[in-house]
Parts: sequence; C-alpha cells; structure tokens
Amino acid sequence: MDLFLQQTLGGLATGAIYALLALAVVMIYQAIDHFNFAQGEMAMFSTFIAWQLIAWGAPYWVAFAACLVISFIGGMAIERIIFAPIHDAPVLSHIVIFIALTLIFNAAAGFIWEFTIKEFPSPFPAALPFKTNLIGPHELGIVGVTLVMLGMIFAFFRFTPVGLAMRAAAANPDSARLVGISVRKMLALGWGLAAAIGAVAGMMIAPVVFLEPNMMLGILLYGFAGAVVGGLTSPGGAVIGGFMMGVLENLAGTYLIGSELKLTFALVVIITVLLFKPAGLFGRVVVQRV
Amino acid sequence: MSFPQTHRVNPAESYRIFGVLLPQCRIALIVAGCILALVTPFLVTNFTVFQLTQVAVYAIAVLGLNLLTGFTGQFSLGHSAFYALGAYTAAILVDRYDVAIYWTILPAGIVCFIGGFLFGLPALRLEGLYLALATFALAVAMPQLLRYEHFEGFTGGVQGIDLFKPDSPVPFLNSDQWLYYFVLFVGALLLVGAWNLTRGRTGRAMIAIRDNPIAAKTMGIDTSLYKSVTFGVSGFYTGVAGALGAIVAEFVAPDSFTFFLSVWLLVGMVVGGLGSIMGAIAGGFFILYVPNFSEAVVEFFYGGDPSAKALIWVAFGTFLIFTVYVVPNGLAGLVRWCVGRLVR
Repeated sequence: MDLFLQQTLGGLATGAIYALLALAVVMIYQAIDHFNFAQGEMAMFSTFIAWQLIAWGAPYWVAFAACLVISFIGGMAIERIIFAPIHDAPVLSHIVIFIALTLIFNAAAGFIWEFTIKEFPSPFPAALPFKTNLIGPHELGIVGVTLVMLGMIFAFFRFTPVGLAMRAAAANPDSARLVGISVRKMLALGWGLAAAIGAVAGMMIAPVVFLEPNMMLGILLYGFAGAVVGGLTSPGGAVIGGFMMGVLENLAGTYLIGSELKLTFALVVIITVLLFKPAGLFGRVVVQRV
Repeated sequence: MSFPQTHRVNPAESYRIFGVLLPQCRIALIVAGCILALVTPFLVTNFTVFQLTQVAVYAIAVLGLNLLTGFTGQFSLGHSAFYALGAYTAAILVDRYDVAIYWTILPAGIVCFIGGFLFGLPALRLEGLYLALATFALAVAMPQLLRYEHFEGFTGGVQGIDLFKPDSPVPFLNSDQWLYYFVLFVGALLLVGAWNLTRGRTGRAMIAIRDNPIAAKTMGIDTSLYKSVTFGVSGFYTGVAGALGAIVAEFVAPDSFTFFLSVWLLVGMVVGGLGSIMGAIAGGFFILYVPNFSEAVVEFFYGGDPSAKALIWVAFGTFLIFTVYVVPNGLAGLVRWCVGRLVR
C-alpha cells in the first residue's frame, strides 16, 4: 500500500510536468488548430536561456522572469516571421516547418551550449517544513506551479477582454474580424503564451531530468498524450490528462510492464484514446458542417 | 448498343521543347537515366557504389511515404517504424531461420503491409494531425520496443543483429556492384508498380481522397478501404526498403531507427516533390548526399569540433523552411515549372 501511495504521488509530480507541457500544446492548438511538434524543443531552448542567465550571475527569479519575457517575444516572432506567410498553406507545409524548427532548436542549443548534461537549480527550498518521505519539495513545487498556471490561464480567458478576444479569434476568425478583433495579433499572442508556458515547463523539468538538448522528446510524447487524453479543446482537461499520464505511467511501470516500455505505453494510450474517444475525456466534439 | 468513340489528344503530347515532342523528351531522359544507372558501377569506386545503393534504398522508402502523403494526403511521421520492421524481419529471417537474403525482401514487405494496413485501420478515424501524432508516437516508441528484453531472443536487444552481404554469383561483378544491381532491380520493379498504381483508376481515387474526401465519398469511392490499403502499400514499400537497407548496411540495431529517420524520409519527400514518383529518386540522393556535403562544409570552416556539427542541422532546418516557401512542390515541381517555361 505504501508503494502504491508513493508511486501515485510520484506520478502526480511527474504528471505536473506533463500537465504543463500539455497546457502549452493545448494553448497553441486552440490558437492555430495544429499540434506544435517543436513545442518540446522550444521549451528546452528557453530553459537554456534561463540557465545562461543564471550562469552569468542573475538571481533565479530574475532569470525566470527574463526567460518568460524572451520566450514570449520569441514565440510571437516565430508566428509573425515564419508562420504568418504560410497561414493558408496545406497542413503538410506546417508539419514540415514544425519539424524544421525542431531540428533548428535542437541543433542550435547543441551548438551554443554543447551536448553535455547541465544541472539546473530548483527554486524551491531543499527541505519541506513538514515531515514526509512520500514526495520531495521540488515535486510538490511543480504541482503547485502547475495549478497556479492553470488558474492564471483560466482567469485570463474567462475574465479579461484580451482572453475573450482570443477565444473569439480561435472559434470563428471571420466573425471575430467583423467585430474588430485583430486575428493576427491574437494568433501571435497565442504563440507567445504557449512559448512562455513551455518555458515554465522546461524550467520545472530541468532540475529533475538535467538540462541537455535531447531532454524533451520523451516528455513531449507524454505531454501530447496528456493533451489528447484530456481533450485538445480543454485546457483544464489537458492538465488533468497530464496528471493522469504521470500516475498511469508510474503505476503501469510498477505493476504491469516495467520501466523499459514507458514510451510504448504512451503510444498505446494515445492510440486508444484517439480510437475510442477522439475528443478526449473533457473535450468538445467538433462537428464539421459540409 | 455501342458508344461513339471519341479520340482525345492529351494536349501535353503536342507540346514541343526545342522542337522535340515532350513525350519523346521524357522517354529519351528515362532511357538515358537507365543507361547511366547501369553503367555507373563500372566507372566509380566501390565506396561510391555502396553510397548509390543506399540512395536507391532511401528512394524506395521515400516513394513509399510519397504514395501515402503525396497521393492520398495522409501524414506519417512513423515510417521509421515500418523501415525498422522491414529491416528486422529480414535480419531475423536470415539470422534465426537461415533464409537466403534474396528471399527475405518479400516477407519483409508483406509483414509491413499487414502492419501498415492494421495501423491504417485506426487511420480511418484519425485525420490529418491526429494521424501525424499517432505515427509520431509510433516512431518515438519503436527503438524502445526493439530494445525490449523479452524480445531479445529475436531482436538481439541493444546489440542488434549482424548480417553479411551476399557474394556475387556473376564472375565479373564484385559484391558491392552485385548488391547495387539487385537493389536497383527491386527499386525499378517498385517504381513501375507505383507508376501503374497511381496512373489508373486506383490512383485517381487516391488523389480524389486527397483533394476532397467528402466529394470522393459521394462519388462512391470507398475511402476507408483505399486509405488503409494505401497505408499498407506504403508500409510495403518502406519495409522492402528497410530489408534492403539492413542488407546494405550489414547490420540492424534499435538506434538506427529513431524518429529522426522518419524526419529524413519526410525531408526527402518534400524536397523531391510531393506526389511525384521521380521526385522520390531525387529525395534519395538528397537524404544521402546533402548531409555529407554540409558536414564537409562545416568541417572545412570549423574543423572536427563536435558541437559545430550541430550547425549542419541548423542549416538543414533553415533549408527546409526555405523549400516550403520557395519551391513548395519540391524539385519535381521546379522541373515542371522549367519545362512549362520552355515548351512551345
């Protein structure tokens, strides 16, 4: 029973990472109707920027904030410079560009910071104020950060005019344009937000898995799985999906398949969900009118 | 009752390029290409022959992917998995069951056809990006499956399986040249197969599904059947390429079949030209030679610095974006555009 509890809590902690990444995936999906296959590498690159700032002597939270700002601007720039000109191009062109971005970020990080493994500091205290051996301070911190992010995103979409405009631009671009919303700006904003959320995810993950250019591929797969399980139209669902993936991963690893087939497990989950409930657990079924 | 026969002339047949009819130009080019492909092994070093053999292998794999994406409009980031499946099928047949190398190609293709068909069945429900996602997961998970300890008896685990090149039965060919001709022969068969497949009723149905699935369905095309069969055929091609690739490399191991192999195949397809059969050959050349070339360029400027090698990929990604912007139809599209300018 102790093992079960420990694995479940540990799963929640890794699940928080997946949840953050899934949140970023859903943000972009909401804005542009595409998966961003480069999401993981973008997050990794942002984390390297933060690492560099810290290495130059910036305090953690300054580096954290600067990294968010840089990522936000970077995300907007990617949308404006690379995706805006091919907005109407077929899906394949978009996928090819995502793949190209993946290559570029991965290799650029390797070129600038080399492929050696780097340690990334955790912002949370080394010991918890209460005594438990079930969950570590950093893990608990990640869960907290994830929930705070979710709350902020929810509030942003629900209570601010910009959030409302973004929802309108995603739901019905033409009508949104008619009421004076700049859909272009909203798209760029969506990219910026997703890049910033990805940066947070990257900075939370890096202390756990160590920082290196290839750290994200497996995590991204679980992030996608979380987003698909929760439903791509629902940010809250994506977070729950991410947590579920973390717990399922740990429990399946402990009781069913061992640690060697973790990626295969994500594959099976993705395919199963897409087959039986393509909209995800909390997603809306999109009906296409012909 | 008989229908009046109308004789229709394809307008493309009457165009001339420098005074020569277009179809004749095409035939002349194809014949020249065939002769060049047949003569080259006697003119270049064994290493170049080996490289050209790899080009042919990649071309077959790109052709497989192109049948799926270029003609039916479905995406796959998981073709490295089918390539791996083909390679491992061939390797296991040789290693475990002492099957002669030549007889492993077809079974590898068939296994991948079944694999592709079964993976294509869910593909009926998965559209566009969802399919890309599912196949992405497949590609990422494949090396792990191949490494899995309970399959180790078959797959050789992390170490993989060693293979050996067949000896040449023809006295005046060495084993590299013989293998080249063998791969070329298989490739030519598959090329003609793809040509016939896409030029008839089936091909038109596939293209209809790509261009407008709803209209295709209304016209009575069984879209689900065509989609999964195309996925199967695409898997067949890629599996055959995998088996040939395993024989050429004389080695299979889980880490040769990562997600990045899928990326390569995708890049080869896009650069060669979507929906173009000849473009697949260009794609094969691109996959093999452009990385080698850019590596040489980087080495010239930076020496052997390992992190400088990463620059290749930055250049590569940039090139890819450039391709999407400037020549969205790839090399084949570029050629078509040039011909369009030249014809009178």
